[in-house]
Amino acid sequence: MDEIFDIFLLEAIINGILFGGVLALLSLGLNLIFGVVDVVWICYAELVMFGMYTVYWLAGVYDINIFIAALGAIALVSVLGWLVHVLIISPILGTAPINQLLATGGLLFFLQSVATLMFSIEFRNLGLRLPILEFSEMYFSYARLLAFGVALVGMVVVYLFLTRTYIGAAIRAISQDREIMVLMGVNAKKIYWVTASIGGGLAGLAACLLVLQYDVHPFVGISFGPITFIICVLGGLGNMIGGFIAAFILSIIISIGGLYSEIEWGYVFAFAFFIVMMFIRPQGLLGKK
Amino acid sequence: MLDLKGVNAGYGSFQALFDISLNVKAGEAVAVIGPNGAGKTTLMRVISGMTEPFSGEMEMEGKSLSSFPPHQIVELGIAHVPENRRLFPGMSVEDNLKLGAFAKTARSDSAKNLEFVYELFPRMKERRSQLAGTMSGGEQQMCAIGRAIMSGPKLLLMDEPSAGLAPVVVQQVFSLVRRIREEGYTVLIVEQNVQQVLQVVDRAYLLEAGQLIDSGKSKDLLESDSVRKAYMGL
Amino acid sequence: MTRTIPFIIGFLLVVAPFSTPQYPLHLLIMILIWSLVYTAWSLMGRFGLVSLGHGAFMSIGAYVTALLWNYSGISPWIGIPAAMITAAIMAFLVAYPCFQFKIVGHYFALVTLALSEVVKLVIIASRDHTGGSLGFTPNREGDGTSFYALQFADKETFYFVVLGAWVLGLVIWRLVDKSMMRYALDSISEDEDASAAAGIHVTGSKLKITMLSAVLTALGGALYCQYQMFIGPEVIGGIGISLQIVFAVVVGGLYTMMGPTIGAIITLLMTEIFRNWITSLRTEGIDLAGLDTSIYGLMLILFIIFLPKGVLGELIDRLAGGRQKDTS
Repeated sequence: MDEIFDIFLLEAIINGILFGGVLALLSLGLNLIFGVVDVVWICYAELVMFGMYTVYWLAGVYDINIFIAALGAIALVSVLGWLVHVLIISPILGTAPINQLLATGGLLFFLQSVATLMFSIEFRNLGLRLPILEFSEMYFSYARLLAFGVALVGMVVVYLFLTRTYIGAAIRAISQDREIMVLMGVNAKKIYWVTASIGGGLAGLAACLLVLQYDVHPFVGISFGPITFIICVLGGLGNMIGGFIAAFILSIIISIGGLYSEIEWGYVFAFAFFIVMMFIRPQGLLGKK
Repeated sequence: MLDLKGVNAGYGSFQALFDISLNVKAGEAVAVIGPNGAGKTTLMRVISGMTEPFSGEMEMEGKSLSSFPPHQIVELGIAHVPENRRLFPGMSVEDNLKLGAFAKTARSDSAKNLEFVYELFPRMKERRSQLAGTMSGGEQQMCAIGRAIMSGPKLLLMDEPSAGLAPVVVQQVFSLVRRIREEGYTVLIVEQNVQQVLQVVDRAYLLEAGQLIDSGKSKDLLESDSVRKAYMGL
Repeated sequence: MTRTIPFIIGFLLVVAPFSTPQYPLHLLIMILIWSLVYTAWSLMGRFGLVSLGHGAFMSIGAYVTALLWNYSGISPWIGIPAAMITAAIMAFLVAYPCFQFKIVGHYFALVTLALSEVVKLVIIASRDHTGGSLGFTPNREGDGTSFYALQFADKETFYFVVLGAWVLGLVIWRLVDKSMMRYALDSISEDEDASAAAGIHVTGSKLKITMLSAVLTALGGALYCQYQMFIGPEVIGGIGISLQIVFAVVVGGLYTMMGPTIGAIITLLMTEIFRNWITSLRTEGIDLAGLDTSIYGLMLILFIIFLPKGVLGELIDRLAGGRQKDTS
């Protein structure tokens, strides 16, 4: 009896880690934008939703090769991210930060509704049946493994970009001293554009991975949005490594919580853990005072 | 090389500089000296594009600075070592130096310039992977100067390089300035430490309450009674 | 002239139910309930305490009252105060550490957002008692009108109940505005450390206003439940409602007493007009579900970009600016 129980627990932990990969990817995008532009995009998960629809239409309806569909979704959401910055954030950059938060909140409503208008509230899926892998009496979905692997690769690419290129160095520097960037010959506006596009692109990549596992509908963002914000805050807003660790902690809590009860309780435990952690480390896991 | 004519500048409704005209010739080292709040930092900021002037003409090698967006000023060959060094504290020394070569005009020479900076400051090479914020004040000043050199400048603007440093370190910083001069850079330096700075520059302007009140060869100024009385407490 | 306006409006509000058809009266009741909630939010929002957790307090107000009534037969007359106390305790538990550890700005907004998700998820997860996502209906007492159950079959009576609650909200807003606490909170929102140095009890002041705001919001939630006789986790809670509350206040104006009410009028009328329009289109066979909320979302974005002080705030600024020009 004990042995079987342990296997379930192990399976839940591994599934949690696999799920954490995509969450880490999402929180990386959000953290990147926050670190550079100092704005939280409340509508981030809604961009993911549009990416999911893009893959669904291209691959599911028009029968385009899934990899090309995925690239299309990444490109489209990347442009969406750039538009969010140029059309909504940029005009109010100088005003109270809360206005920027709210403007993207308004965009959240807008994107949900536009999706309802365009695609109706029907749940749609690709209809792909990816195999389930069995490994010593534990079962893992192939889609999740794939998502985890691709998410990791995506994060490594971003890491290399940030550490090996001039633009990447500027992205890391800008949050430390915004004013001085001009002396380096950095056009802050351009850095914002690049960051918003990368943030969008990461949302697009996450969308490709999520659409393999979940149905898409106009309100699917609500399932990923709040948990992503919480991961970012728990890791320390703008702290990419902190977000990475927090993503896995929370996804494991959700997965284990879901093992003993319904999955909602998993989320409740994760949120409760987050609130408790805020009192222990209000600056985030790795944040500095 | 650098020519300022009738520059007025400030912040909002506050005017910090009044009708400033000065020039720096190629190969020269020039100082602007004056007390706290005289407008020295504003002068540096206006030249490097951090602060927009109210009015006036500024030219670098015949090109009007006002026709370039602020982030392109560095591409004209003007590098600014800002007040308090302003390194990126959470990034390594090498990343800080690399950012100095961000400008498109600087990237092709960045390997060569990095080599040169390491040669100039071997200490920086030892500490290249250390976080800039964890170094001592003198080392940070080296890094800040190195970062400016990475852009391959013709003119180096230095804002109070000795501020906030221990006396021994101040000595080192001024010998650094001398080294940089010997390497052929043109230097415009702003300092409160009048006695020391006059020993490393050719000429100096006296800035007081936002206006240039006097100028001359360092030698003459060092001997001038009024300067000695006002700035050196002698 | 301007002094008499409130009296005229007051008179109109009192006679309104007797001369208004049912549908406009329903709208008026909804506007008053939401105005109360928005006013409650602005109590703390105006001091820079941007909470995205007020959906949680509304849900607590509604669900505690309704659950006590259905499962224990406890009258809402006791249930509502109990719900308000629960909301106050919840606000304390979350806000105290937040303020103690100086969690402000973005962080505070996101921590409170987590609260609103926790409450929503707890309601969904305890579906055996709360009905989960499908929602919850309080048991009807007798023929639908019962003072004991705070249920009224006619809208007129309920109108006066919510009118009273709305006036209470405004009175509290005014009392806070005139109190010493307001100066303390204003100074805290400017500079927390300096205020603390000046002897202001920072955590205490913020905590008081947060709990007050939560309590009034819970009252709004309970009244919503008693009037609509139906509640759901997404209908009065979650991130959607929490954002809606903030938006309406921003639209109306954050720093004036009537701002939140104006915000409620504008946003409710807007959604109602759009909704009716979409419904009429549907009868003609055109399905544009989502268009109404699309326009709504777009207008919110435009509002924030172009009128960050809200309609009323902007109007007052313009008028004040005009007056200054006249005298000079």
